[in-house]
Amino acid sequence: MFANFDFNVIERSWRYLFFEGMAFTVQLTLLAMAGGIAFGTLLALARLSSIKPLSMAAGAYVNLLRSIPLVLVIFWFYFLVPYIGAWIIGSDKPVKVGAFASCLITFVMFEACYYCEIMRAGIQSIPRGQIWAGYALGLNYWQTTKSIVLPQAFRNMTPVLLTQTVVLFQDVSLVYVLSITDFVGAASKVAQRDGRLVEMYLFIALVYFILCFGLSTLVKRFQSRIAIIR
Amino acid sequence: MNYNWNWKIFWSANPEGTGTYLSTLISGLGWTLSTALLAWVFALSLGALVGTIRTTPSKWLVGLGNAYVELFRNIPLLIQMFLWFFVLPELLPKALGDWVKQLPNAPFVTAVICLSFFTSARVAEQVKAGIGSLPRGQTMAGTALGLTLPQTYLYVILPQAFRIIMPPLTSEFLNIIKNSAVALTIGLMELTARARSMQEFSFQVFEAFTAATLIYIIVNVIVVNLMRLLERKIAVPGLIAAGGMTGAGH
Repeated sequence: MFANFDFNVIERSWRYLFFEGMAFTVQLTLLAMAGGIAFGTLLALARLSSIKPLSMAAGAYVNLLRSIPLVLVIFWFYFLVPYIGAWIIGSDKPVKVGAFASCLITFVMFEACYYCEIMRAGIQSIPRGQIWAGYALGLNYWQTTKSIVLPQAFRNMTPVLLTQTVVLFQDVSLVYVLSITDFVGAASKVAQRDGRLVEMYLFIALVYFILCFGLSTLVKRFQSRIAIIR
Repeated sequence: MNYNWNWKIFWSANPEGTGTYLSTLISGLGWTLSTALLAWVFALSLGALVGTIRTTPSKWLVGLGNAYVELFRNIPLLIQMFLWFFVLPELLPKALGDWVKQLPNAPFVTAVICLSFFTSARVAEQVKAGIGSLPRGQTMAGTALGLTLPQTYLYVILPQAFRIIMPPLTSEFLNIIKNSAVALTIGLMELTARARSMQEFSFQVFEAFTAATLIYIIVNVIVVNLMRLLERKIAVPGLIAAGGMTGAGH
């Protein structure tokens, strides 16, 4: 079965695959995670807010993005971001936005919806007495949120947030639809140039499997370690 | 912002000359739904099987089930599509591989197979969790009545487990509809692919994507409401999910 395989193609191209492709994928994943968790936390606070219009707007945004496919979201933002840029700086021509920036905005906006639901569950799992205690100490809403609610919510939700990040790492492969040189894009360029689809796709499947399996195993171990004994 | 809105574009003839752009999108929806529904049937049956064997006393079966789930959960869906579409036919014996490559509707068949396996791993997780949430006494009661283990699963455990895991299964079903959009990379002309090609031919980017988005939202709302009806109908009486005392009919 493997008789006419040419594994040389991997030896020839691994530098390109990892230093160009994987570097893009990892950078995008990490930045989108940071941005997504930050924006997602704000969305979660908005959804739980007692100001009705704010919570409704945040809810509508999250539900909208959660009900359409990521591929469609990627297309949306790819075309929309230049127009939004033009609107912000008041230019009448769409602004040119680089591939990386466009993808980053897309993933921050999209993954924030999923991080938001995780953070919402995390915040709701905290006893109400904690907030009352904060107010009783004379803290205001932002101080209570920042120093009492969020640290506990983050601690409880860290494993879930990390699991979602592994999902995000897999989702990033979809930037392939914009012909961007992420890990998959790099591999498929080499595969098509050398006519070695089978070897390349099997190789990247293996790399993804090892990384994702390794990461989720680590998350599981981490989870049992930080669990608060109640 | 200089963007020429043209909402009448949906009633213009599409480049294939087979109707309007709107009818192109609707037929895309047809492919999306038929891919998702067919794959869902396979995913449910496979997922039920794999989820069940992960709760059996046999270590060997549990290991096999766990390996199955990890395999399909840790490779991105896009790569799995590529593996089924580009790699598998090359690994088969030559005659069989050539036959697979010449299948009519190869993207559709591949997408259904790929989504079935991908989603079955997720369904298996839910089924395992559902079975785990049942009291151990249920299995014991089943076997005490003289049922064999497979009979206990079939008549006692699985019917209850499925009724408990309806809500997560609903979101898996919504996921399979959304995930079918990934099949555009192997040439399936489903809804997102139709919107994309409409944008390429007509240059009306935002109209095309708005229409596709609206269609996805409508499908979403319909599915959620149907499932809610079904959930209420089959909720296990006495559990919190059954709601209040209405479930207790004596």
